[in-house]
Amino acid sequence: MSGGELLLRAEGLKLRFGGIIAADGIDLSLHEGEHLAIIGPNGAGKTTFLNICTGYLTPQGGRVTLGGREITGQPPRRITRAGVARAFQIPQLFTEQTVLENMLIAGAAHARRWNPLRDLHAIPERRAMEEMLELVGCTDVRDRLASELPEGKRKLVDIALALALKPKVLLMDEPTSGVASADKFGVMEVLMNALRAARVSSVFVEHDMEMVRLYATRVAVWAQGVIQMTGRPEVVLNDPDVIRNVIGGGHA
Amino acid sequence: MTLNLVVLALLDGVAYAALLFLVAVGLTLIFGVLGILNIAHGSLYAIGAYVTATLGQWLVAAGYNPWLTFPALVVAAVVVGVVLGGAIERLLLQRIYSKEPILQLLVTFAVFMILENLQRMIWGVQPYYMSEPLTLLGNVSVLGINYTAYQVLFLPLAAVAVLIGLRWFLRHTSMGAQILAVTEDREAATAIGINATRVYLMTFILGACFAALGGALATPTTSLVTGMGANMIVLSFAVAATAGLGQIEGAAISALMIGIARSFAVYLSPELEVIMPYLIMVLVLLVRPSGLFGRETVRKI
Amino acid sequence: MRPALIAFLVLLAVLAGLPFYADNLTVFVTMCLAKSLAVLGILVLIRADQVSFGHAMYFAIGAYAAAFLSSAWRDIDLTLLVLAAMAASMVAGLLVGLFVTRYRGIFFGMINLAFSMVLYSILEKAFHITGGSDGMRIRRPTLMGFEFKRAEFDIVMFYVSLGIAAVCFLLVWRYLRSPLGQALRAVKTNETRLEYLGLSARHVLLAGYVVSAVLCGLGGVLMGTVQGLATPEHGFWSRSAELVFIAVLGGQGHVAGAFAGTVIFETVRTFAAAILDDSWQLILGVVLIAIILWAPGGLVELWQRATRRRPRPASEPVETGRQSMEVRR
Repeated sequence: MSGGELLLRAEGLKLRFGGIIAADGIDLSLHEGEHLAIIGPNGAGKTTFLNICTGYLTPQGGRVTLGGREITGQPPRRITRAGVARAFQIPQLFTEQTVLENMLIAGAAHARRWNPLRDLHAIPERRAMEEMLELVGCTDVRDRLASELPEGKRKLVDIALALALKPKVLLMDEPTSGVASADKFGVMEVLMNALRAARVSSVFVEHDMEMVRLYATRVAVWAQGVIQMTGRPEVVLNDPDVIRNVIGGGHA
Repeated sequence: MTLNLVVLALLDGVAYAALLFLVAVGLTLIFGVLGILNIAHGSLYAIGAYVTATLGQWLVAAGYNPWLTFPALVVAAVVVGVVLGGAIERLLLQRIYSKEPILQLLVTFAVFMILENLQRMIWGVQPYYMSEPLTLLGNVSVLGINYTAYQVLFLPLAAVAVLIGLRWFLRHTSMGAQILAVTEDREAATAIGINATRVYLMTFILGACFAALGGALATPTTSLVTGMGANMIVLSFAVAATAGLGQIEGAAISALMIGIARSFAVYLSPELEVIMPYLIMVLVLLVRPSGLFGRETVRKI
Repeated sequence: MRPALIAFLVLLAVLAGLPFYADNLTVFVTMCLAKSLAVLGILVLIRADQVSFGHAMYFAIGAYAAAFLSSAWRDIDLTLLVLAAMAASMVAGLLVGLFVTRYRGIFFGMINLAFSMVLYSILEKAFHITGGSDGMRIRRPTLMGFEFKRAEFDIVMFYVSLGIAAVCFLLVWRYLRSPLGQALRAVKTNETRLEYLGLSARHVLLAGYVVSAVLCGLGGVLMGTVQGLATPEHGFWSRSAELVFIAVLGGQGHVAGAFAGTVIFETVRTFAAAILDDSWQLILGVVLIAIILWAPGGLVELWQRATRRRPRPASEPVETGRQSMEVRR
């Protein structure tokens, strides 16, 4: 089920760390409107893939393009401004500032508000940032220090920070890991609604097959440095090889 | 630029590099193992020098055989390294290992201030001399140039001995293995029974002894003045940073580079002498931000 | 923030009357104001968790800029001296900053120290240009066409310094609350995230660095003009150490700490000078260690603890491990 225009495309990505092959010719593409889940055994290189796409790592072969434009090896700063945002497995927040301040910094960064005399709390983007927090259900912790949040909220704020940049593509690394089972559904539901409302396409690495089944529009299976297969969740998740090698073995 | 000049500059440079290496290797060892940059390292160098001068002067004045000033060099260095180094680590550093790096830096900076002041209070501002070891060894002739054997032979030999000795110590003794283990992964090392606290103490004392030894060996070649500690800490940092903090063998190479470059500057263009070490450091870091041999660590996210 | 603003205005009013009720303190307070500007510069960098051990170099640059200008033109206007100092320290701060802001933690602190030692050596050795260790005189400048005698000049300098300091404190306070200033704190806590917001942590830090250099340069020109002298001592490492010490003493939480810390520091130093001049660095070192071990938030935290208010997040130490020792590109 490919959606609209081609957004993010990885072609032939290769990367090895010493003896470990993280990527051995990765071909993957994301179209507008898609929510692509990447599943595969632990430590297979899925996070490395996200790091390559966002410029944190440079591949030794292959390339990454965004809307046809090459972005391989550019610094995260530039790729972010081009429209690719990242949410992390361990939420990356500004721990000494409040949730709202975190969002305001993101808003100011996106809108390039560098007037040194204007209070951060008074930037025009404040309204939008507060709405974004509402969208991810974090208004109640708006004025709390980022370091004092429970895990589920930290994840949501981390994602909100990425969304504040109005990206075209959001790359998420295990959005529900570290979240208590009882809350996983709630978090994903809020998250996916927010993405749909903001018209953001996403790629997410996920170990919880239930989440994949419910929220992915397409699934890619990652193993041994290559994409073994892609397809609709019902197809991929019921494939006997996938069940044997990926779902049966690892557990979220 | 005559051959004479080149030889002179080289000899000078190598002698100076030997001293730089001794101080820098201690600094880099401490950083590599404990993760702390000991700004007080320069003071340990200076106090090592002053204690040596005092001891040496006393030996000579009391009529002892002047050859005893040689062992005095080592004795003074070890005493300063063990006493001061031990005190600093045990009383102070132990309390700050868990603190933010900025606070750790400030603490060693404070120790530096204290030691510099103490040094000025004890020895005053007049210059000190103790040149017996230098004069005792006489001169040698290298390619037609007369130079002191102390600087041309003794200093480089001492530096090489320390380098080889340290390498051997780290790779072939139990204590050395423990130090390497703790550096690699403190928690894992503690889990297999290594006393990390003791390792830190030993390492710091070792590094302090090297700094003091550098000062001790420098004494016969120069007059001791206040401010030599401050100068030496930035110099040894430049040497260590150029090689990459934590790189021991690398420090020898960067010490040679900087020592010889500075020496040539002295002969060819004296105004550049002071800037030379930092110029080299800046140039190297521009090209290789972690130093010549340093390994850049990329944070995992 | 309104109570703080009121307190600020009250303080300003109290100080404004100083020459009338405490004339003998005028010069002392002027020098405190000058020095507190430099401390403010250090505080800006501490927001990003970086300490420069060499910022006295900009202090010296400010003073020497004034010295060169005033020796070239007699009766030059004070405004020009101040502008020259600002320009010189801005350019120097930019040049050094472009290099230094690639680094964090240890490297940042030490490379700044190295630059300042080099400057000190140059100032000391280039006798024919800079007067060597004797320094250069800064002739009493004019202001808006008026010449002043010694006693009047002290008062003029007092009000000029008060005015400049008031403006700077206000501006820096606003700057630290602005997106750029808040981004400094983000550099401290999560540079990676900052980069992933499309911001260059290096540029944010560079902006802060240049601001801090200009503040130090302002302090230097004011101090130098009051003393009538620019010497290499102005840029010596122990001066940098004092600035850092006061910043830590004053507490990194609030800009007010810069002035309060400076006044206390200089008061203690004046009283202690007679008896303890020889042990000054020793005492500083011991007190610094004491503060770090038992009250890392400095004066402001002590005061807040005494008035039993919860310390602001800024003054709470954060576990960062060895993060800042890694080199950032």
